[in-house]
Amino acid sequence: MTETLDQPTEQGVSGAEIRLEKVTKKYPNTAAPAVEEFSMTIPAGKVVVFVGPSGCGKTTTMRMINRMVEPTSGVITIGGQDALSLDADELRRGIGYAIQQAGLFPHYTVAQNIAVVPGLLKWDKKRIDARVEEMMDLVGLDPGTFAKRLPRQLSGGQQQRVGVARALAADPPVLLMDEPFGAVDPITRGNLQDELLRLQSELGKTIVFVTHDFDEAVKLGDKIAVLGDRSSIQQYDTPDAILANPANDTVAGFVGAGASLKQLTLMRVRDVQYHTDEVLAVGDHERPAAVAEKLTKAGRVYALVLDARKRPQRWVHVRELAGRQDLSTVGKPVGDSVSVQSTLQDALEAILTEGGRAVVTGNRGELLGTIDIDTVTSVIANVREEHAGDEA
Amino acid sequence: MSLWQYVAERWDRLSLQAWLHVSGVVQCVILAAIIGVAVGVLVYRSSAGSAIATALSSTILTIPSFALLGLLIPIVGLGVTPSVIALTLYGLLPIVRNTIVGLAGVDPAVSDAAKGIGMSRVGVLSRVELRLAWPAILTGMRVSAQMLMGIAVIAAYAKGFGLGSEVFSGLTRAGSANSLNQALAGTLGVVILALILDGIFVLISRLTVPRGIRD
Repeated sequence: MTETLDQPTEQGVSGAEIRLEKVTKKYPNTAAPAVEEFSMTIPAGKVVVFVGPSGCGKTTTMRMINRMVEPTSGVITIGGQDALSLDADELRRGIGYAIQQAGLFPHYTVAQNIAVVPGLLKWDKKRIDARVEEMMDLVGLDPGTFAKRLPRQLSGGQQQRVGVARALAADPPVLLMDEPFGAVDPITRGNLQDELLRLQSELGKTIVFVTHDFDEAVKLGDKIAVLGDRSSIQQYDTPDAILANPANDTVAGFVGAGASLKQLTLMRVRDVQYHTDEVLAVGDHERPAAVAEKLTKAGRVYALVLDARKRPQRWVHVRELAGRQDLSTVGKPVGDSVSVQSTLQDALEAILTEGGRAVVTGNRGELLGTIDIDTVTSVIANVREEHAGDEA
Repeated sequence: MSLWQYVAERWDRLSLQAWLHVSGVVQCVILAAIIGVAVGVLVYRSSAGSAIATALSSTILTIPSFALLGLLIPIVGLGVTPSVIALTLYGLLPIVRNTIVGLAGVDPAVSDAAKGIGMSRVGVLSRVELRLAWPAILTGMRVSAQMLMGIAVIAAYAKGFGLGSEVFSGLTRAGSANSLNQALAGTLGVVILALILDGIFVLISRLTVPRGIRD
């Protein structure tokens, strides 16, 4: 396994490292173990996603970390402490746990649900109340509106938020998430994923996330572990590396078609070399004849008209300038533009709709440059080359 | 003498019998609930255990109450003891069955989450599973109570408590003065008490079923 991940993190890491060594789970009366000699180090403060087909043992593997499933053999340490020697209930109180259906207690209010683990840890009431409020703010639920609501009065997405808040309430260093967003609609799911990333950038927990959705893994994971039968590790690497260079056919099959397109979701416009001098930018007060002259001099056919605050307005072809008095109605308006924060996937979309070249703008909408299809293809080619030598 | 006059004249005795009837039934229901919920908790995780417990408590119900009392008398003697044993046994089935159904009906995700966030086995059971199964258990107790109100009449044969003695002495003296009034007073008394008790159960359910799982 290669360690390509270790960029220093900007924010504090409150997570703990998890180590699994030759962890095996064998159920009685079955020939093959469900999980066989699984060894992995999950770095502190990182999101590691287990992906694999149904029944591959990924959930069982995750559940052994908090001993919802007792390992048959092997060693598990969390932050250096032997998880198997602790009292199982106490161990679980120190590990956040969020599951697919949220599993909220229907007879408790939202606030009571979130307060369960602090209550088990015997925090005093004032501290619990303050913490509940803090957690509700953290997951974007207004305490005044939602604290007294019952789970059945919440939408699926809100229930998941409460589930995450409950899991984080006692500030555990480690969070286990078993397909937590599996049962919500795609739009809510996307929002919840974004929120999790935002939360994680603030909290720096060690998160083990199980899913069968590879796109979700790419989006959320600092590292992805693609698991096969009996939880065998097919590849354990960054999303980038797995997309660029799948270790074997199983991984390639799981990555599926469109690996390059998925790769584009990982990179942002600011990370690539977009063009800053490929188009001729002109102010909207310039005279058409002067612009035509500039274009001819520069040997270009298109000019980009900017407003007074340098925001791109229109594309103008040199032929359209003849006989015009001002630039405000000439040419066609700029449609889709991308910002430096946009993913390359968004950029590609804009390039396709704009017909070959999309405008890149800064935070205030000002022109920074343009990006074209060649930029995108060369970026993909570079990444492939970079990972071609990786031993997976 | 009209039934109304009969009741008014013998109010002291009848009201005492009525009180003993209700109180005996309620105590037997509570006893049956304690045993029934315990049995339910022990077996609900295994389908074989659940099936056996339900079958056994159903079997008890098929024994005619008259015969069960008769069989208990040589063992424990006459009086309150055989009545309480018989009533408690009869009261078990609805409670055992409803406890099993209630506990098995708890969303597995909820139980899993409860355990996963660090509740002990007892905590999961007492704070989550039994609380969620409570409406079903209470319904079982309600059915038991209705059933036992009727069966308790038979307990008079073993010299047990309650209005049964009125019904039986009225029936054995059939034809003599006030025999019909006596039997009617006892029977109607049981019916009225049963309705009142049922009302009390509705009230208890209102007060004890958590808001989040009320229909």
